Parts: sequence; C-alpha cells; structure tokens
Amino acid sequence: MDHAAFILGSWIGTAVAVIAYAAWVLRRGRALSKHASTEEKPWT
Amino acid sequence: MSSVKSRRTIAVAVARKDLSIEWNSRILTNQVAPFAAIVMVMFAFALDNEGILQRVAPGLMWLATLFSMLIVVQRSFTVESADGALDALRVAGVDTGAIFVGKSLALMVQLFVLEILLLATAVVLYGVEMTAVGLLEAFVTMVVATAGLGCVGTLYGGLAAGAKGRETLLPLLLLPVVAPVLIGATRATEAAFGSGGTAVSEGWPWIGLLAVFAVIFAVAGTVAFGPLVDE
Amino acid sequence: MTPNSGTGTSATRRLGVLVIVLVISLALFGLQFSAEDVVQGSTVRIMYVHVPSIWTAYIAFFLTAVCSGVYLSRRQRSLAWDRVAGASAEIGVLFVAVSLVTGSLWGRLTWGTYWVWDARLTSTAFLFITYVGYLAVRRLDGTHRQRARRSSVMALLAVLEIPLVHFSVNLWRSLHQDASVADPNAKVKLDGLMLFSLFLGLVTFTLLFVWLVLHRQRTMLLEDSFADRGLDVAIAERRNEAGVQ
Repeated sequence: MDHAAFILGSWIGTAVAVIAYAAWVLRRGRALSKHASTEEKPWT
Repeated sequence: MSSVKSRRTIAVAVARKDLSIEWNSRILTNQVAPFAAIVMVMFAFALDNEGILQRVAPGLMWLATLFSMLIVVQRSFTVESADGALDALRVAGVDTGAIFVGKSLALMVQLFVLEILLLATAVVLYGVEMTAVGLLEAFVTMVVATAGLGCVGTLYGGLAAGAKGRETLLPLLLLPVVAPVLIGATRATEAAFGSGGTAVSEGWPWIGLLAVFAVIFAVAGTVAFGPLVDE
Repeated sequence: MTPNSGTGTSATRRLGVLVIVLVISLALFGLQFSAEDVVQGSTVRIMYVHVPSIWTAYIAFFLTAVCSGVYLSRRQRSLAWDRVAGASAEIGVLFVAVSLVTGSLWGRLTWGTYWVWDARLTSTAFLFITYVGYLAVRRLDGTHRQRARRSSVMALLAVLEIPLVHFSVNLWRSLHQDASVADPNAKVKLDGLMLFSLFLGLVTFTLLFVWLVLHRQRTMLLEDSFADRGLDVAIAERRNEAGVQ
C-alpha cells in the first residue's frame, strides 16, 4: 500500500482522538459518580 | 404596554444616549480612528509593494474596519456595565428588542464615520482612484455593510463584551460570523475602486448579499438579544 | 455507594462492544479487503474514516440544533435537552477536527497541498470555529438555566449563520475556477466492497456517536449536580457562620 504513512496516520490519528476523548469522559464519569447518590444517577 | 410607537421611542432614546456618550468622550475620534489609521499604515509596512497595496486596498480597508469594530463594540457595552445602565433598563421591563435596535443604530453611526475615514485613508495611502459611479457604489456598500455589522456586533457584543473575563470571547464569536460581510464588502469595493480591472457593475450583486445579511441579523438580533444577554 | 460507579449501563456496555466489533470490521474492510481506487489508488482508504467523521459531525450539530429548539419551545424546559445539545456539540467539534485533519492529509496526497481555499473546505473550517465559539459560551458563568438559554439561542443562530456563510463562500469561490487543480466534486466511483466499506464506516461512526453522547450527557448531569451540591454546601456553611439554624 503506497502512502501507507498518510493512510495509517489518518486511521490511527482518528482512533487516538476518539479513544482519548472517550477515556476522558468515562474517567470523569467514574470520578464524579463515586460521590453521587443514586437519585443523581437516573440511569442506574 | 409595548406598542410600536413606544418601542421606537425607546430605540431612539437608547441610540441617542449611546451617541451622546460617544460625542462627549470622543473615544471614536481620539482613540479608535487613530488605531484604524495605524492598522492601515502597518499593512503598508507588511506588504511593502505599492502595486499590491493598491490591488488589495478594499480588503485592507475592511479588515481595518472589522478590527476597529471589536474595540467599538466593547466600548458600546462597557459604558453599560459601568453604572449598570443596561440592567436598570431591563429590570424596568423595557423591551429588549427596542434596546437592541437603539444600540445597533448607534453602533452603525460610529462604524460609518470610521469607514469614511478609512476610505479617505485608502485613497491617500494606497493610491486608489475612483470614478463618480465607483464612489457612489463604495458609499452604498458602506451603508449596507454597516447595517449588518451594527446588528451582529450589538448581538454578540451584548453577550461577550463589557462583562469581566468575557472580552476575549468577542473576536471568536464575531469575526467568523461577519465573514459574509468581509467577502461581500471587499468584492463590492473592489468593483467600486476598479481594482484588478473589476467593472463597477460587478459590485451590485455583492451589495445584495450584504443587504440579505443585514436583514437577517436585524430580525434575528431583535429576537435573540434579550434571551442571549439576559443575566 | 452503589456498586456500579460510572456512567455505564448494561445497554451502553452492549453498544460499546458492538461498536468495537464494527470498528475492527471497518479496519479490515477499509484497509485490506476493499480494492484500491482506479484513479486515487490507495488514498481512497482515508475516505473510510474521513467521510464518516464529517457525517457524524453533521448529525451531531443537527442534534444540537434540534435539542436547543426543543428546549426553547417547551414550557416544561427540562435541562436534559440542553445537556444533550452540549454533549452533542462537543462531540461534533471533535469529529469536525478529525475530518479537517484527515481531509488535509488526503488533499496532500491527491492535490499536493494540505489546504485549498475551496467552498466546502472553507465552510467546514467555519463550522469548526462556530461550534468552538458555542462551547466557549457554554462555559460562561451563570446558572444552569442561564447557560441553557444562552446556548440554545447560540445554537439556533448557528443554524442561521452556517448556510449564510456557506452561500457567501460558494459565491466567492465561484469567481475562481481552479476546478481542474482541486476538484473535490470529482466523485470517486465506489462500488462493491468499497461502497460497503463506506456504509460500514457510516454505521460504525453513528453508533459510536450515540455511545459517546449517552456517556457525555450523563457526565454533564453529574457535573451539574456536583456544582449544585457545592453551592448548597457553601450556603449551609454560610448559615452556620451566621448562627442560623
């Protein structure tokens, strides 16, 4: 595959951005959730 | 009771207030106009080529206008928060749409004065030459563009200007939104100046775009100003 | 303290697993199984992440606009609409950024430059800036309701501005017909596995978007509760100081 650097770069860059954001959201959710009561979490 | 007549009275009163504050403080003539002129001079330093300067004079003129507008809008709302004048008006139940129209009109007048100065500066510094029709077209462009700028500047200025810690938000919100004005006004002014061989007739469609922009933001601003600025 | 600490439920966990499976499939089809394009060669493979990214961004901003409209129109005014609008916009900004970068890389290979001033790219850059501004307005101080009201109005203004700017930019660029050099409208003819990979990409990213919005808006709810609680604590402390019971 020519231009492999660009192509893989695009895919990996996208993955990194999305995973980093998802990790941030999940981690934040977990941290805040620890101090929250059940009423404050309508999804449980 | 908010009737059309009382709304108009309020708008005129607000516009008059803003303009008399400006008249007394002379911020526009003493500080903003020199700033705009300096920007025009700096363009000459940066671009360093008289042929290019003459060719891009319209763009430079409108860039200088937009940068100066940031300062004027900030000023327009700092005078409000200084003594809580705007809050007092709103607490009194004054129609926010009318306040918006009044402030927009005042802003339009100030910007228009600035643009006349910038046009003169462009003619002098950048070697611009216009025919009579071109001058008319430039004038109409300025009127219509300024109408739009006044509305959108007041709308976002209300949100971002004046209040502490928010001033840096104004350029971020305002400059992208006025892109159509920059595009339209520059193209129309290019036609007015005859830059790069553009015919005067090519400018009028762009003035149409500017008019659409002005109408959209006059209406949107009147409706959205209250909810957006409500504290 | 509930045993489940976090914003996940069994539903989101199942969705998450599905998304991971789809992503792996997409990688296989996009990078390996599908053929190279006749004209573009292997560069077309970037499209399998680029097109779904911008597609997701459009969905995201559409959702923001709809939720903002609902929030403003309803008498009941549940803040959940505002939270979803905010979460959606944040994710939209992420995906516009991704699409601008991947598009730029694709452009470098296809046109030789990282950027061209054509109508679509310029409008996309404007889209990005607009919603960065929206997110900045969301972070202004105030009550949750003030934030919701401001943000909803901003989102609806964006709906007004984006077509206007797009139209202006189109008009502007139509003056400069450099279409031969950089014609983004030269559509690649996709068929067979290539078209399948593209659709797979759209489905994958859409489900990923749903998963992200669910988690993010739950996190926002927690943030808001936390802020409220902090406020309550501060008020209680103030009362104690004043000796009020």
